[in-house]
Amino acid sequence: MFELSPQDWQAIELTLRLCLYTTAILLVIATPLAWWLASGRSALRTAIQAVVALPLVLPPTVLGFYLLIMLGPQGAIGGALERMGLTHLAFSFWGILFASVISSMPFAVQPLQQAFNNLGRRPLEVASALGAGLVDRFFTVVLPLTRGGFVVAATLIFAHTLGEFGVILMIGGSIPGETKVLSVLIYDHTEAMNHAAAHRLSAILLVFSFVVLFVVYSINRRFGVVQP
Amino acid sequence: MTLRIRSRLAREGFTLDVDCTLPMEGVTALFGRSGCGKTTLLRIIAGLERVAGAEVRFGDEVWQRDAAFVPLHRRRIGLVFQEPSLLPHMSVRGNMLYGYRRTPEAERRLHLPEVADMLGIAELLDRPVDRLSGGQRQRVSLGRALLTSPKLLLLDEPLSALDTQTKREIMPFLSRLADEAGVPMVMITHSPAEVERLADRVAFMREGRIERIESLREAMARPDSPLFDDEGAASVLEGEVAELAEDGLFAFGPPEARLWLGATSSVAVGVTTRVRVLARDVSLALDDPARVSMQNHLLVRIERTDTLRSGHALVSCRLADGQLLLAELTVRSVTRLCLQPGQSVFALIKSVALVD
Repeated sequence: MFELSPQDWQAIELTLRLCLYTTAILLVIATPLAWWLASGRSALRTAIQAVVALPLVLPPTVLGFYLLIMLGPQGAIGGALERMGLTHLAFSFWGILFASVISSMPFAVQPLQQAFNNLGRRPLEVASALGAGLVDRFFTVVLPLTRGGFVVAATLIFAHTLGEFGVILMIGGSIPGETKVLSVLIYDHTEAMNHAAAHRLSAILLVFSFVVLFVVYSINRRFGVVQP
Repeated sequence: MTLRIRSRLAREGFTLDVDCTLPMEGVTALFGRSGCGKTTLLRIIAGLERVAGAEVRFGDEVWQRDAAFVPLHRRRIGLVFQEPSLLPHMSVRGNMLYGYRRTPEAERRLHLPEVADMLGIAELLDRPVDRLSGGQRQRVSLGRALLTSPKLLLLDEPLSALDTQTKREIMPFLSRLADEAGVPMVMITHSPAEVERLADRVAFMREGRIERIESLREAMARPDSPLFDDEGAASVLEGEVAELAEDGLFAFGPPEARLWLGATSSVAVGVTTRVRVLARDVSLALDDPARVSMQNHLLVRIERTDTLRSGHALVSCRLADGQLLLAELTVRSVTRLCLQPGQSVFALIKSVALVD
């Protein structure tokens, strides 16, 4: 029953690529952001935190709509790219990558911020006094002591990107090999009354997502990281 | 060598206004009640608190002035907190070497074996830090700071989180460290006993200001010293352990001012140590009473008499070896015995304690 068509494989490959890129990019962006958010209290921090959490509450269509406008040929980002002689990002892989980075942002920032909060300032003050500079402190103290938070963040980003549908449909449409990820393909299969194919892919996603969440919650237990 | 600090800081319900120069040799105690700004001041010295407009200068090194600011990891300060704050993902050895490895080779004056020996943690090096007792942890944290061969050691109430027993265990290490490591130390404390045991000078802090900086000797000679607030006036005598008797007592100080003390754990002949005598445990007699239970009779000369807030008299006496001994008497006794400055009398000491 699990014979997949070349079209399915293409979607799986595309989806995994999207998930990996999103995870990598978000870990790099979210780490300093979460650090900054965890390192004090101010109105600006609260505002940024609210902005980061927006994708959690907005309908994907709203997020997708604004992103489409922004990344399209007339938009702030798309237009700027066009003027630089590049192409705009609507209906492209880079467009859905941009979108999924934005929409998975809370899943990266929140566990990291929580982990940094739990860590507190003391270990870093100790490391500074012992002669460790900023980067040194990050790799020898922060990272080992918050690795649970990083694993949780990475897993949640990956899983959330895997389940992304609305935003991708809005901004990427359904272009095979470019923007047709698993969730979109399942939609297409269902629309075409191809229930057997939709079944196979859905089952794969279901099992995979369960495993991912199971892993996250086990890590949570072990490291005491609070999930978002 | 001096440490110069000038900083003004106003926060809700708290102002710090410090402008002082601390001599950088031996141990300087920052003494004051909780909330008087001791920790904030220490954090400014360390560079953990960056107060606008503050100036911090160590010798001729500018650590902070105007826009110039040297971050903590370049100041070469050893920092010991109230809680040991060991890095939990490393073994004892890992913790001890964390700073050592980051110290330029040419600057390393202290090395792991000697520091581990001095602090009695050589056997613990391969343990995970969560398998240490509170006292062991604090010793590791001291050793870790020392191994960076710091130019200055800042201690924020290093003993106050420990129970009395553990305090006793650490205290000798701290005082050895002060003598042997040759690193100037600034230590926050609100315990007169710690000041008396360890400090060479005291900076008294109150409500965000440093009220005065004086040597321990001066601080102990002042009847209204804040060090006397809790337990009353006391004297600190410094001397060598001269001999250990078979009955467990040991002799302290030079022959002309000899005291006999009950031995405690860490006494060895030839060690220089400090003992503390509460003024209310000292009586004065005009002649040497032979038949009395008190063992320690010393011939002293009265230097002055002050009246305490309690209405009692505090008599300052000079021992034969030049050290000061305070006796707290009732005013009636002073009048009855006609005690006068310049007079020679016998001080009878009820109990003497090693400072620990």
